[in-house]
Amino acid sequence: MIAEKTKMIIPDFRLSPGVDQVGVEERAARVTRRSIKKESKLNGLLLALNMIDLTTLEGKDTDGKVKQLCYKAQHLHDAYPGLPTVAAICVYPSMVKVAKQALGNSGVKVASVATAFPSGQAPRDVKIRDTKYAVANGADEVDMVLSRGKFLMGEYNYVFDEIAAIKEACGDARLKVILETGELGSYDKVRRASDIAMYAGADFIKTSTGKISPAATLPVTLVMLEAIRDFYYATGKMIAMKPAGGISKSKLALHYLVMLKEVLGEAWMNNEWFRFGASSLANDLLMQIVKEKTGLYQSKDYFSID
Amino acid sequence: MAKTTSIKKTSNTFSENGHGNGNAVESKRVEVLKTYKIYIGGQFPRTESGRYYVPVNKSGKKLANVCLSSRKDFRDAMESARGAFGGWSARAAFNRGQILYRMAEMLEGRKAQFIDELIQQDSTPAQAETEVNLAIDRLIYYAGWCDKYQQIFSAVNPVASSHFNFSVPEPTGVIAIIAPQSDSLLGLVSVIAPVIAGGNTCVVLGSFDKPLCCVTFAEVLNSSDLPGGVVNILTGKPSELASWFAEHMDVNAVVYCEKDEATQKMFKEKSALNVKRVVLYDKVNWYSDAGQSPYFINDSQEIKTTWHPIENIGGGGSKY
Repeated sequence: MIAEKTKMIIPDFRLSPGVDQVGVEERAARVTRRSIKKESKLNGLLLALNMIDLTTLEGKDTDGKVKQLCYKAQHLHDAYPGLPTVAAICVYPSMVKVAKQALGNSGVKVASVATAFPSGQAPRDVKIRDTKYAVANGADEVDMVLSRGKFLMGEYNYVFDEIAAIKEACGDARLKVILETGELGSYDKVRRASDIAMYAGADFIKTSTGKISPAATLPVTLVMLEAIRDFYYATGKMIAMKPAGGISKSKLALHYLVMLKEVLGEAWMNNEWFRFGASSLANDLLMQIVKEKTGLYQSKDYFSID
Repeated sequence: MAKTTSIKKTSNTFSENGHGNGNAVESKRVEVLKTYKIYIGGQFPRTESGRYYVPVNKSGKKLANVCLSSRKDFRDAMESARGAFGGWSARAAFNRGQILYRMAEMLEGRKAQFIDELIQQDSTPAQAETEVNLAIDRLIYYAGWCDKYQQIFSAVNPVASSHFNFSVPEPTGVIAIIAPQSDSLLGLVSVIAPVIAGGNTCVVLGSFDKPLCCVTFAEVLNSSDLPGGVVNILTGKPSELASWFAEHMDVNAVVYCEKDEATQKMFKEKSALNVKRVVLYDKVNWYSDAGQSPYFINDSQEIKTTWHPIENIGGGGSKY
């Protein structure tokens, strides 16, 4: 690991490539016109289901709510046996212990947001303690937020060092860096933030907290996927991607998978390397899966409420 | 060159005839034809399938290019009907009445257009006028019933325990309707009005052979304060869509008006999937007095019964 780091040449992030806005938006729009039907659709839906980070990040979260969500993660729709589980449950650090206990050895991971989520406006030692707390309670993955304020002030070294410090605090847990693209303002900045996060040690880059609109969009995801591809070509290291927020329909989830396949290829098409941060997407996917299997359009009445 | 100048002098409008034969004075305007589109969620999209058909009247005149809706249009319409249900059913009954009345006002204002369309669809002028008048009156009729049918169908029930027991009608949910195929305006209004008067939302498939009025009626709805999604109107083939109406798990009741026994049986069988209510209006004459009654509203209502424990609330021991 250390050897690898010393080999890596940290580029000047001011020189991160600019993004052709019109080109990116046109390219992203093109994937929405792919037609995915029948068996491919069913496989896509199942794959998307297996890539979900089932999320609850509310001030009103209780142990009960988290336990209920963990149950759902393992029993998505028992009327149809053989469905995959979701990839992970995403909660606040205070809920990690409850989630870990509820999930047992089901294979569903526990992801915890940390570092003063969602604003990230806290001193570094607080963020590090927040992270260590989550990891000590058993979090398999940590979702940190980028210090957008510092980033926009041009203090890239600060941002870089912070991510590196959090990565160190994570230990074996995988680190997701939330860029909060809705607050960055341009694709150029999204690209630059992606580069900083990846070089600083992120295992995942993630679009949004889900607290800001716009959250994940196809063009922003495309910019980040291309950053991942370029990083892979430069260093040989794979980075995972997680669009989060605003993805609640199956069709849109399939569009994301199409984009993933076309930009990064087969190696990324599993929940090790791609996740959806979502809560209501799971039910829509389930409804579409049952529709594909029975030929009947489904009703929300027959699926779980949350 | 001289010719062109002379045309400009005599006519301000462009004219196909004018340029060709110099007959500039009788400049004939090219009519702008209406695109007959479907009505989903308060919007007028074309069918997702891109298909269309051309209904023809008895004298062989092509009426229009009309959308041949697909099951996916139905699915989309169902989604917007479901989305609109919460808001519409929660409206004050009186407000629903106001909106139905507004629909009648708008229909009255476009009377001439509807009469014209009905005549194109083989009605005589007298028949057309009667049908439009009755359709307007029917909306007024159901507008009045919006806040009154509840009293008629509610009951306080005698029970043998210490409970206050009462039953009240509540809207069933989303109703999928195949409108009468022959009375293309009156039939359409007669099946939609009681359903929405009762707080339901609906997806309606209009008449296949006579589709002009149902699309124009959608324009009336769109200018009547009726929230988008409460009524969604499709045009297309009943035989193609009927089974999707019957199978969709999110449909709470289906309405079918034809005498076709095989289709009736199909509706009854497939509706068992999610225990939809099947309402058949194959014997109703929409022109008669029997074509309107609060019982049509009741057909898309569910009765909820509440058991409320009685306690003594008055000093004198009075009860509810």
